[in-house]
Amino acid sequence: MEKLIKKSSLAISENGLEKKSGGKRVEVLKTYKIYIGGQFPRTESGRYYIPENAAGKKLANVCLSSRKDVRDAVVAARGAVSGWSGRAAFNRSQILYRIAEMLEGRKAQFIEELMAQDTSKAKAEKEVTLAIDRLIYYAGWCDKFQQLFSAVNPVASSHFNFSVPEPTGVVSIIAPQTDSLIGLVSVIAPVIAGGNTCVVLASETKPLCAVTFAEVLNSSDVPGGVVNILTGKPAELASWMVDHMDVNATIYCENNAAVQQMIREKSASNLKRVFFYDQTNWMNPDSQSPYFIMDTQEIKTTWHPVENIAGAGGGY
Amino acid sequence: MAITKKKAAKKSNTVKLKFDTSWTYDPAPESKSAATIAKQYDLFINGEWQKPQSKKYFDTINPATEEKLSEVAEAGEADVDKAVKAARNAHEKVWKKMPAKERAKYIFRIARIMQEKARELAIIESLDGGKPIRESRDFDIPTASNHFFYYAGWADKLEYAFPNRQTAPLGVAAQIIPWNFPLLMAAWKIAPAIATGNTVVLKSAETTPLTAYKLAEIIREADLPPGVVNIISGAGATGAAMVNHPDVNKIAFTGSTDVGKIIQRAIAGTNKKVTLELGGKAANIIFEDAPIDQAVEGVINGIFFNQGHVCCAGSRLYVQESIAKIVIRKLKDRLESLIVGDPLDKNTDIGAINSKAQLDTIHKYISIGKKEGAEMYESSCRIPGKGFFCRPTLFTNVAQSNRIAQEEIFGPVLSVLTFRTDDEVIEKANNSPYGLSAGVWTDKGSKIFNMTKRMRAGVVWANTFNKFDPTSPFGGYKESGFGREGGLHGLLPYVELRS
Repeated sequence: MEKLIKKSSLAISENGLEKKSGGKRVEVLKTYKIYIGGQFPRTESGRYYIPENAAGKKLANVCLSSRKDVRDAVVAARGAVSGWSGRAAFNRSQILYRIAEMLEGRKAQFIEELMAQDTSKAKAEKEVTLAIDRLIYYAGWCDKFQQLFSAVNPVASSHFNFSVPEPTGVVSIIAPQTDSLIGLVSVIAPVIAGGNTCVVLASETKPLCAVTFAEVLNSSDVPGGVVNILTGKPAELASWMVDHMDVNATIYCENNAAVQQMIREKSASNLKRVFFYDQTNWMNPDSQSPYFIMDTQEIKTTWHPVENIAGAGGGY
Repeated sequence: MAITKKKAAKKSNTVKLKFDTSWTYDPAPESKSAATIAKQYDLFINGEWQKPQSKKYFDTINPATEEKLSEVAEAGEADVDKAVKAARNAHEKVWKKMPAKERAKYIFRIARIMQEKARELAIIESLDGGKPIRESRDFDIPTASNHFFYYAGWADKLEYAFPNRQTAPLGVAAQIIPWNFPLLMAAWKIAPAIATGNTVVLKSAETTPLTAYKLAEIIREADLPPGVVNIISGAGATGAAMVNHPDVNKIAFTGSTDVGKIIQRAIAGTNKKVTLELGGKAANIIFEDAPIDQAVEGVINGIFFNQGHVCCAGSRLYVQESIAKIVIRKLKDRLESLIVGDPLDKNTDIGAINSKAQLDTIHKYISIGKKEGAEMYESSCRIPGKGFFCRPTLFTNVAQSNRIAQEEIFGPVLSVLTFRTDDEVIEKANNSPYGLSAGVWTDKGSKIFNMTKRMRAGVVWANTFNKFDPTSPFGGYKESGFGREGGLHGLLPYVELRS
């Protein structure tokens, strides 16, 4: 410390102002917070944990989210369902495209963070561009999957009858642990493309990109509450994310048999829809499809009588 | 004062129907002689009638007379294992290898033979389950047969069903069905499963096993390869043995939400796929601009169809306040006109309650409703002294939080609530853990779609209620379960998609 002051003392006046350039700039460190309802609070618990990379470098003081944070996030997500699902599909499409635009502009930051979390430069670059492209892919699906998976049903009675997909509601997602950016984007995009809102628990050991991605979301016209991102430990939070009675579906991406069993058991409390994406390699460019969107959709069938006036013949 | 007098003198221009006049119907019973019921039924496993290794049989009775109709084998764990093995064997050796168009023709055959035996099936359905012959004859049996006919045609067209994906069958499906639509539920389960190349072990409900065994006879007659469809009977323990069997790939269950949750827990840690079609407490909403008489008919059909033993029954009626008085009066009038009695009589509207246990449940809820402060009104009709019967009943002054507005009663009991605005009624309608079906009555098209879009339910009827069709997907949101039965969407629960 003394050495540092001595070395730079020539450039600094007694009141601390810089006399001339050339002094070493002190880097501004980022506080990694969580993302709930469009805000960036710290965890209500005041707790933190310090993930390290392979070289033992401490990544940051990351929020160790609590059960209460999960509940707050579910409240925010539930509050956002009607607005988000009520938007025109075209509008959702534009917003997903906007996320990709924002991500494109911050590529360098994501590559840097991925590298800090032990990803090679080449793979980091590939992961970031793949994440951007995947968002564009799902942006395009927003107003198209409904046409593929809807039906007008030729019932035998005099009724007009049709079936359409509708979002299931609030989805809790325990994001992939390894591919911390492309995995995260790959599970969030289809869920919100279909009009759902979500509560996401980021990769425990590689949480940096998830928080930065929240900042991207925050500047992309995604309404607050549509995506809520927490950092913390799946071992502590997963059960609360499946237990919550106001969550409609749960997505889990690891091949951990004990956790999968726990999720199935707890999901029975309100019959959540459960999806395990444990066989998917998210870095594969083909790991995307409208079937991921359809997983968190319900099919609604509507009936309406068709008037049959006696004596009226066909129209042709 | 003068005005009040004048008002009192002014007569209502709606004529009150009188149902206590000389209008009565002569009995018009369907003949039992057109149906053959064996004294005893064994399990239908591997295309043959097999004695149960459990050595147990149980009686099935006519709920309208409490007389024994027949006795059926109770499948124990060893029997379930035998059935699953037969199904596995048939899947591996025969069914999944058979060209799809040939599979289709077997299923078409089943549909045709069901049509040929429709009258017999209808009589047995009414005898064993208590439902009016008019309903089994005009709805249950034809719809069941049509379901086979519809899915038969899908068998060789699956490559068109899911864009950019090929389908593969899952393997052996364990299917558990309820007692409210015995043959129809068997059709809903078996037809899509075998059309997609799976084989089946189906368990009928404890109180209504007979038409499933009649279906087994038809399946034999159709020469379906042995083991493709196995039909067994039993109660909860038999169902549990099916769900827990390690060689089952798929479980399809229709029944109560409680049991659905047990199944969801039971398959934890396995790779079994599951679809659940569970309970409901459907909101049926009447707006003041609705054609009232038509709506009242729809509400009556919505709740009293099949004695109210319908998971999608319109059991929560929401009437807009301005028309509540007239709607309630018309409902009460219509209630009086419903004919309750012999299920085999062609004029009967409401038959027998399916079992003593269910009748007790319904009575329990009626007394809960009274205790909660709701006002009960029941038809003044006479009900037979023998058998399980319940007068059609409605409750007014029901609060949203009352148990009779929240819980599924599964009987001829309607809860009537009121509302003022669209937003209020949507809030109330969706305030339920269930989400199977819903109804809305209004003359305004844009309002219909506003409502049908916002109601969280898998099937929504607008200006109609309780309509079903093989081409129309059926299934719930929320705690009413997941997966669809019927239509293109009904194929998905029985296939694995491959790219």
